[in-house]
Amino acid sequence: MDMNQYLDIFIEESKEHLQNMNQILLQMENDPEEISKLNEIFRIAHTLKGMASTMGFQNLARLTHEMESALHLVRSGELKMSTSIIDLLFLCFDELEGYIGEIESNGVEGENTSSEIVKKLEDLRLKGTVSKEAPPKAEAKEFNQEKMNLQLDEYVHSVIKKALQQELNAYFIKITLDKKCMLKSARAYIIINNLEKLTEIVHSNPSIEDIEDERFDLSFELVVVTKSDNSILKKELSNIPEIESIEIIDLKGNIIVKEEKEREIAPNELLHENSIVEQQLTNKAADESKGRKAKTGKTVRVDIDRLDNLMNLVSELIIIKTRLEDIDDSGNGQSMHEAIEYLERITTSLHDAVMKVRMVPIERVFNRFPRMVRDLAKDLGKEISLIMKGEETEVDRTVIDEIGDPLIHLIRNSIDHGIEEPDVRLVAGKSKNGTVKLIAYPDGNSVVIEVEDDGKGIDIDRVKAKGIERGLITQQQSLIMDDIEAINLLFNPGFSTVNKITDISGRGVGLDVVKTKIESLGGVVEVDNRRGEGTKFIIRLPLTLAIIQALLVNVGPEKYAIPLNTIKEITTISQRTIRRVQNNEVVLYRNNTLPILRLSSLLQVEANQNEAEDYIVVIVKKGEKTAGIVVDHLIGQQEIVIKSLGKYLSNVKGIAGATILGNGSVALIVDTNSFF
Amino acid sequence: MNTNTEKNNQYVIFKLNSENYGIPISYVETIEKVSEVTRVPNAPHYVKGVINLRGEVVPVVDLVKRFKFNESPITPETRIIILSVEEIMLGILVDSSSEVLTIDKDTIDNTSNFVNTFEDDYISGIGKVEDRMIIIVDILKILDIDLSE
Repeated sequence: MDMNQYLDIFIEESKEHLQNMNQILLQMENDPEEISKLNEIFRIAHTLKGMASTMGFQNLARLTHEMESALHLVRSGELKMSTSIIDLLFLCFDELEGYIGEIESNGVEGENTSSEIVKKLEDLRLKGTVSKEAPPKAEAKEFNQEKMNLQLDEYVHSVIKKALQQELNAYFIKITLDKKCMLKSARAYIIINNLEKLTEIVHSNPSIEDIEDERFDLSFELVVVTKSDNSILKKELSNIPEIESIEIIDLKGNIIVKEEKEREIAPNELLHENSIVEQQLTNKAADESKGRKAKTGKTVRVDIDRLDNLMNLVSELIIIKTRLEDIDDSGNGQSMHEAIEYLERITTSLHDAVMKVRMVPIERVFNRFPRMVRDLAKDLGKEISLIMKGEETEVDRTVIDEIGDPLIHLIRNSIDHGIEEPDVRLVAGKSKNGTVKLIAYPDGNSVVIEVEDDGKGIDIDRVKAKGIERGLITQQQSLIMDDIEAINLLFNPGFSTVNKITDISGRGVGLDVVKTKIESLGGVVEVDNRRGEGTKFIIRLPLTLAIIQALLVNVGPEKYAIPLNTIKEITTISQRTIRRVQNNEVVLYRNNTLPILRLSSLLQVEANQNEAEDYIVVIVKKGEKTAGIVVDHLIGQQEIVIKSLGKYLSNVKGIAGATILGNGSVALIVDTNSFF
Repeated sequence: MNTNTEKNNQYVIFKLNSENYGIPISYVETIEKVSEVTRVPNAPHYVKGVINLRGEVVPVVDLVKRFKFNESPITPETRIIILSVEEIMLGILVDSSSEVLTIDKDTIDNTSNFVNTFEDDYISGIGKVEDRMIIIVDILKILDIDLSE
């Protein structure tokens, strides 16, 4: 029987069950004696087992079966609940989540990785204690490492040989990313990009495409040909954050003895023959399913009431359509006007309704954080309580998928670097227990998410010093720089004030990634820093991504749309008041200098309006910065639907997208952020 | 995609500067009359702009500019051929287009036999139908060059 049609449902339901389980486990930790919680977990394990075996996921079924058996003993009173059991259950949860993730992306559950946990569960059942020893999988790893040297094909070989003959250097580089690295593909891309400045990459394993699609674990291997030597490469790479280890092997010499090495390896290979075959089989299965089903579709569960509402609005739309048809016959201007007003009301409600269908409570993202905070606090020996508010706040489905990683980053930062060690806190006169607050709330047309800690805050002087050290600012600049500008330095790629990068995070590391991600969602990040009292990161996201209010303007013969949320005000400025400072036009406006930009020259419009006495200036803002944009005419405010320009024109400067106007023509949306 | 094309051997023929060009039919979505084109600032010079194609915003490449020919005026014959290449939707502006021809693979000469000229870049071969010469363009190459620029 073809199970594929049920796969989506299986994944969706499993995730729901896992989410439940996570919550219950966390509650159980505080209240281990509570038997109803235990029953709940037992029930979830049982349901998952049933679902998994129906779908033919054996590993998943085996693990849940063992969980069930172990839990049964606890339930019947033969075993007493203890923290070690809860920890073990957390391990099981991680494992289950891993399987489900694998199924979601590949359609198969992947190889069996849970034997260790299954063994622990068995031990628990038989001996009544959680066994401590953890047999590492070092063996398999070693084997992989020896193998890697030899996976070069003929072509790469000849390239390397030629390079060596030309006195160039050839290196084999193995890069392992930090386990906590958030956006592996982005990080890998930065690494490869940096390497490409110095070298020519002749081979990579996995392939560059796979790396870009994040189809690799933590490490990848490159073969490069370069004029520079080992130490320069190492230096270049060590500037990139989130790398766990870099292994550079000079291929000079190594390459020639290739055949011998292969022979040496042979017996080793025999030993692992079984595992290879097994792996190949799973790989094959994974490949097959990949072709068929690269990724499962995104789904939204919708409240039936919302759908009913949508349905009602559509029927109203049909009514208004017939009404408009009737008006055509009578030619009555008054009723036409009424009908259009009515239509306007319906389209607005329809827009609202459709948007609501796409909305999902942010709870789905927040849910994983209590567990993460708990683990991190344990690892670091800090006492931290997480306070979450506004989990019911709804955001667009696309935001849900994207916002998780940046938030994890910010929370890690807060815990690792914001909140001090318990004894340091006591000395500073704070409570021993640190607090991280995660708050979401709607604010007008946007959603605000705040990550706040009551730790030591960001050390502005150190940020400045680091900025000078990295050549981002000069000594002089640092003196006149205000705190906000200094904090913005943190968002520069690879900026970190912590000398030692821990495995959790370096303050600033990856903040560039956070910012890029938020901005790609049309949002902004602000930092509110109180030295010694804590830091607050404020993320502001637009409520809806597709439809915005915009101001339409004329520039020469062309029409452009400026998003209303970037506009601060509109004013006229006399030409005589404009001063030139270093080839830039500025004007003194409300006792502040306001840079003046001409949209016509920014967008290369052929305009001939320079004689005008007064300019119409749209003042736009980005964070605290403002700029005045000179336009020819204002057309008016309008609701516009954002359309992308497509992949082909994806990175046109100054243009954020396009929209289709009432008369069917296309108007471009100005990306005011790019002017700053 | 390629194997499909080779099996079909069908090409959409269009005119540009009074020469006949052909592109594999599998890339072609529709052929449209010219509607209002909105200029896109800061785009490559050969991007004519974007059009509204039934609610979708589609970029249009001016092949005349791409091939560095003399600019030809827009006439009632001018067409925009909408292509879908590697999931990218875009249009190409051509002087006219009205036929689909089957060109036997054997009759397509490989241009690598010719002297290397600039134009070689985007030509994948020259096909002969009766006594007409059809320049087969390599649409992927035209795009690849664009994307890397």
